[in-house]
Amino acid sequence: MRDDIFTKRRNDSFVFFLALLILSVGSIVITEYDVIKGFTSITKAVVWGGSNFYPDAESLRILPEILPKLQETVLMSIAATTVAAVLALVLSLAGSQTTRINRIFSIVSRGIASLFRNIPIVAWAMVLMISFSQSPLTGYLALFFGSLGFLTRAFMETIDEVGNNSIEALQATGASYFHIIFQAVLPASMPQMISWLLYMIETNIRDATLVGVLTGTGIGFSFDLYYKRFDYHAASLVVLLIVITVIVIELVSNNIRRVIL
Amino acid sequence: MALLELKNVTKNYNNECCALDNVSFSVDKGEFVSIIGPSGAGKSTLLRCINRMVEVSSGEISVDGVISSSLSKKRLRKLRTKIGMIFQHYNLVDRLTVIENVLHGRLGYKSTLAGVLGRYSQEEKSQAYRIIEILGLNEQMYKRCDQLSGGQKQRVGIARALVQNPKIILCDEPIASLDPNASKVIMDHLRNISKEMGITIIVNLHQVEVALKYSDRIIGVNRGKVVFDGAPCDLTTRQIRDIYGSESEDLMFDLGERHAG
Repeated sequence: MRDDIFTKRRNDSFVFFLALLILSVGSIVITEYDVIKGFTSITKAVVWGGSNFYPDAESLRILPEILPKLQETVLMSIAATTVAAVLALVLSLAGSQTTRINRIFSIVSRGIASLFRNIPIVAWAMVLMISFSQSPLTGYLALFFGSLGFLTRAFMETIDEVGNNSIEALQATGASYFHIIFQAVLPASMPQMISWLLYMIETNIRDATLVGVLTGTGIGFSFDLYYKRFDYHAASLVVLLIVITVIVIELVSNNIRRVIL
Repeated sequence: MALLELKNVTKNYNNECCALDNVSFSVDKGEFVSIIGPSGAGKSTLLRCINRMVEVSSGEISVDGVISSSLSKKRLRKLRTKIGMIFQHYNLVDRLTVIENVLHGRLGYKSTLAGVLGRYSQEEKSQAYRIIEILGLNEQMYKRCDQLSGGQKQRVGIARALVQNPKIILCDEPIASLDPNASKVIMDHLRNISKEMGITIIVNLHQVEVALKYSDRIIGVNRGKVVFDGAPCDLTTRQIRDIYGSESEDLMFDLGERHAG
C-alpha cells in the first residue's frame, strides 16, 4: 500500500513530461516551424551582427543628440513608476485581505488591478495614441497604467504576506484603522514594496524603449530613426547605451535593496 | 463590584453550537486566573470575547462597570485601552525596534494624526523606558524585534500591554512557544504584575502544572462549558479528567508532586 504512493508519483511525472512533449511537438508541427533552420539562422544573425551591427568611431557623433533622449526616457520611467506606486499603495490597502475596509472595495480594486495588468503595455500605447497622438504624455500614460496594475498586485501580496498577527495586536490595544496601517502594516511591508518599485523602474526603462518606438518619443524613437535609415552603427550605439543604462540602474537598485532588506 | 463579569455568554460560529455555551463568571481586581482545557475547547474565543475581538452571540460582558457589547466604535477603542493582550506568537512588528513596539500600546489613547505620525509625549516615552527596564530589556531597547529571542519578544509583548495602563491583561498561550527557562521568566513577570501592580491577569494555558503553581484561581473549560471554577488546591484528579475528557493517568503531569512540594 505504501509503495503505491511512489509508483503514483512516478507515473504522475511521466504523464506530465509526456504531455509537455506532445504540446511542444504539436506546436512545432502546426506552425510549420523548422527547428534546424531556426537554429542555423541564429549563427547567420550573429555573423551579420558582428560585421554590421556595432558602433564605430563615426557613430559617436550622435552622442550629444541621443543622450538627452536617453535622460528623458529614464526620467519618464521613474516619474510614471513612482506616481503609479502611490496610487497602487492606496488600491492595495483597499484590496488586501488583511487591510480591506469591506468586500466591495476589495473587489473593485482587485478588478482595477487585473484589468490594467492584463492589457499589454504596447496595447496601452496604441490605444492612448488615438487620444494624445505621438507625444511624451502617451508614453508616460502607457507606462503608468501598466505599472499601476502590476504594482497594485505586488503590493497586495506583500501586505497579505505580512499577515494578521501584528494587526490583531494593535486592534486589541485600541488603535484605529489608520494607526494600524501607518504603525504596523507599512513599516512591515515597506522594504518589500520599495524592492518591487525598483524592479518596476528597471522594467519600465526597458519597456520605455519599445513604447518610444511606437509613440515617437525618447530613445526608442532614436533607435527607430537610425535603424530605418540603415545607419546600423548608430542604431547599435543606441542599443548599447540602453543596455548600459539598465545595468547601471540594476546595480544601483541592488545596492539599495541590500541596505533596506 | 467585580472588575470583569461574564453573564451567560454564548458564542456560535456559523450557527454551529457552541464555541462558548452559557459561560458565567466574575473576576476581581488583581486576581491571577488560569483558563485550562483541551485544544478547541473555546479558551481563545473566551479570551477574545472579553475585549470584543470576537463578538458574542448572546450574553453580557462588563469590564470595569462598562457593558462592552453595545459600545460604539470609539467607546470600544477606549475600553480596549484598559485591556492589554499578549499572544502565543508575540504579534510584534518585527522590523521595528523594541521601544517602538512598546509605544504601540499607547495608540489607543491617540488622535488619528498623532498616532499615524507616531508622536508620543515625553511622559509616555519615560513610562515606556521604565517598563522596559522592569522587564530587563534595557540592552535590547533599540534593537529590532526580529533580532530577539522568543522569551525577549514575549517580554516586549508584556511591555506593550503594560504601557496601556491596563486593568486587565489577557494572555493567549503566552508560553506555548517558549522553552522552560523563558517560560518561567514570563510567568514570574505575570505573577509580579498581578501582585505588585494589582492588574488582573487572565491566562490561557496548556500546562496544568504551571496553572497550579501560579494561579489564584483556575477555570476549566471543555466544549465551550465551564466545568471547573475554583482554587488550585481544590482541583482534583477527577476534575482534571472532566476538563480533558480522558483518564488522568494518560495525561502528562503529576498532581502528587504539588502536595509533596
